[in-house]
Amino acid sequence: MAETLTMGKALNIGLRRALERDPKVVIMGEDVGKLGGVFRITDGLQKDFGDSRVIDTPLAESGIIGTAVGLAIRGYRPVCEIQFDGFVYPAYDQIVSQVAKMHYRSRGKVRVPIVIRIPFGGGIGAVEHHSESPEAYFAHTAGLKVVSCASPADAYFMIQQAISSDDPIIFLEPKRRYWEKGEVELDAPVESAYPLHASRIARPGTDVTVLAYGPMVRTALDAASAAAEEGRSLEVVDLRTLSPLDLAPVYESVRRTGRCVVVHEAPGNVGLGAELAARITEECFYSLEAPVLRVTGFDTPYPAARIEEEYLPDLDRVLDAVDRSFGW
Amino acid sequence: MANRGSPPDGELVQLLTPEGERIESVTGPDGTEYRVDFTDEEYRGLYRDLVIVRKLDAEATALQRQGELGIWASLLGQEAAQVGSGRALRPQDMAFPTYREHGVLYCRGIDPIMPLGLFRGVDQGGWDPNEFKFNMYTIVIGAQTLHATGYAMGVAMDGKTGTEDGEAVIAYFGDGATSQGDVNESFIWAGVFNAPLVFFCQNNQYAISEPLERQTRIPLYRRAGGFGFPGIRVDGNDVLASYAVTRAALDHARAGQGPTMIEAYTYRMGAHTTSDDPTRYRIASEVEAWQAKDPIKRMRAFLDKQQLADEAFFAEVDEQARREAVHLRERVLAMPDPEPQTIFDHVYPNGSPLLDQEREQFGRYLASFEGSH
Repeated sequence: MAETLTMGKALNIGLRRALERDPKVVIMGEDVGKLGGVFRITDGLQKDFGDSRVIDTPLAESGIIGTAVGLAIRGYRPVCEIQFDGFVYPAYDQIVSQVAKMHYRSRGKVRVPIVIRIPFGGGIGAVEHHSESPEAYFAHTAGLKVVSCASPADAYFMIQQAISSDDPIIFLEPKRRYWEKGEVELDAPVESAYPLHASRIARPGTDVTVLAYGPMVRTALDAASAAAEEGRSLEVVDLRTLSPLDLAPVYESVRRTGRCVVVHEAPGNVGLGAELAARITEECFYSLEAPVLRVTGFDTPYPAARIEEEYLPDLDRVLDAVDRSFGW
Repeated sequence: MANRGSPPDGELVQLLTPEGERIESVTGPDGTEYRVDFTDEEYRGLYRDLVIVRKLDAEATALQRQGELGIWASLLGQEAAQVGSGRALRPQDMAFPTYREHGVLYCRGIDPIMPLGLFRGVDQGGWDPNEFKFNMYTIVIGAQTLHATGYAMGVAMDGKTGTEDGEAVIAYFGDGATSQGDVNESFIWAGVFNAPLVFFCQNNQYAISEPLERQTRIPLYRRAGGFGFPGIRVDGNDVLASYAVTRAALDHARAGQGPTMIEAYTYRMGAHTTSDDPTRYRIASEVEAWQAKDPIKRMRAFLDKQQLADEAFFAEVDEQARREAVHLRERVLAMPDPEPQTIFDHVYPNGSPLLDQEREQFGRYLASFEGSH
């Protein structure tokens, strides 16, 4: 039976299911215990599973990831919460040099099935370091997989799939969408859920392909609704997996529409949009009616909250890019 | 350049003097009594370990000089700290090394060829950590101390402490690493979670060229006090004291009493690695002073004085070491380079379509040269 849940609650129940299913799953992070995390994603879990399975850690991000590596070598499946995107950098060395490379260096003898949950992106009026989009750093690192959910249903299943995967996974949660609601089939088995590393058409269309992930999927869908009123049909693809990318459905879509717009909050320069544009150009060159266009954050540090709406891609900027594509 | 010899505050657990005199036991500041109770055969065994470990290390240095290894990080001078602590580990104990723990690796029963694969560049050091209870070498300074801490937390979560047959974990690192954030974070974590962990710091006086004074204002073992667990300094050139102090700390940890930091006071007789030139930053008289404290010389003097070994024994050990070194050399020279396509192996446990595609494209590219010369 489907229930209507916020994304935050869907994640919470997904984590609960993972803890129930496998006694080796442990949650660790700052304030994840009694407080339930600053976004309450781990609310009530320590109470029910104990403080050795939901661990309030000292306040040091490298320590969280470094000890998770040791726990993983011991046979545990750590799920680490990094409190905010901008606080992941102290752990960057452990993530890039240790987590990502352990399986490769050991020729497959050591697995570190660690999930690193990061609430990411802007739009919540926060102070600096609380609104960043660090996905490209991690997508660029071999040995890591990177995913992002865009709906409560995906949040519920994807977090469970990520935890049961033996690959180290950066799990990016669009924090501005934590409170948005959607239908979730809580009783559906996770085994039959849509695959973790697969993109999906979120809204079919015929005129332009719009690629988005995480917080920008909602923006792209809103743009598609607005465009429909003007007689333009936008096909929105929710990428879901950022590394590896699942591009077969994207290529299929672009070959049909001949136009593509990529949307992300992260700065455009050397970002995921550049990779997408390059690959689409290589694969769909003769189908393209216009260059792949990008709608992204600016190549500045994340700005002060009162002007973040100017920085963040929104419905109008997506439609502007669609217009430019047609004007080519 | 200062001439560094004995520790400035004098505190040091020692059971065997540089002249080979035995000290029966030493009582540490917290009342722990440090002593060893070895059979004659065990004393001889430690001597054998020291000699073989040094000989294999010298062979690796020679192989590097001859172009067979890309680089080598010699343990010369640190044999006693490594063999003493390595032999103090019980079979169930887990070790997390740096990249210089060839002596500990030897004590764990790993084929000494393994690290040479790493330094030759044919692999990245792929022994099985769980089979040997000895993790892969870690080159990023101090990163492994957090892994050791997490592993030790897991040991405690598994209920494997508080008993005589419990498990303990040892983290190796050097004096330079004590400045790293990760090492300090691991001190905090281990203390807060009462992890069954021994921090084994080989203070060999230099972090490449930088002397200890550039890393600390207080003796390293006293750092532990600020983190809430005991710190003890041992003569790292004394294999007996290194054994006794490590065994006591491991048993303390396995009993559920939490972490200990050991500072093994020693000296890196050689260069940091074969790429380094230590004459640029330290004086000859300092090296000479430490030669007088050589770990093997004093063990031999002890065996000699106590009539635990004769010339025939020493000659036989030298011969065994020589044979093992020759065998090592032969096998290093025979190590095949990996196949190019193995670049793509083991990036992910579950694989990746991107890598499948790249592997296939690279294969086609290579195949395009077939038949051409």
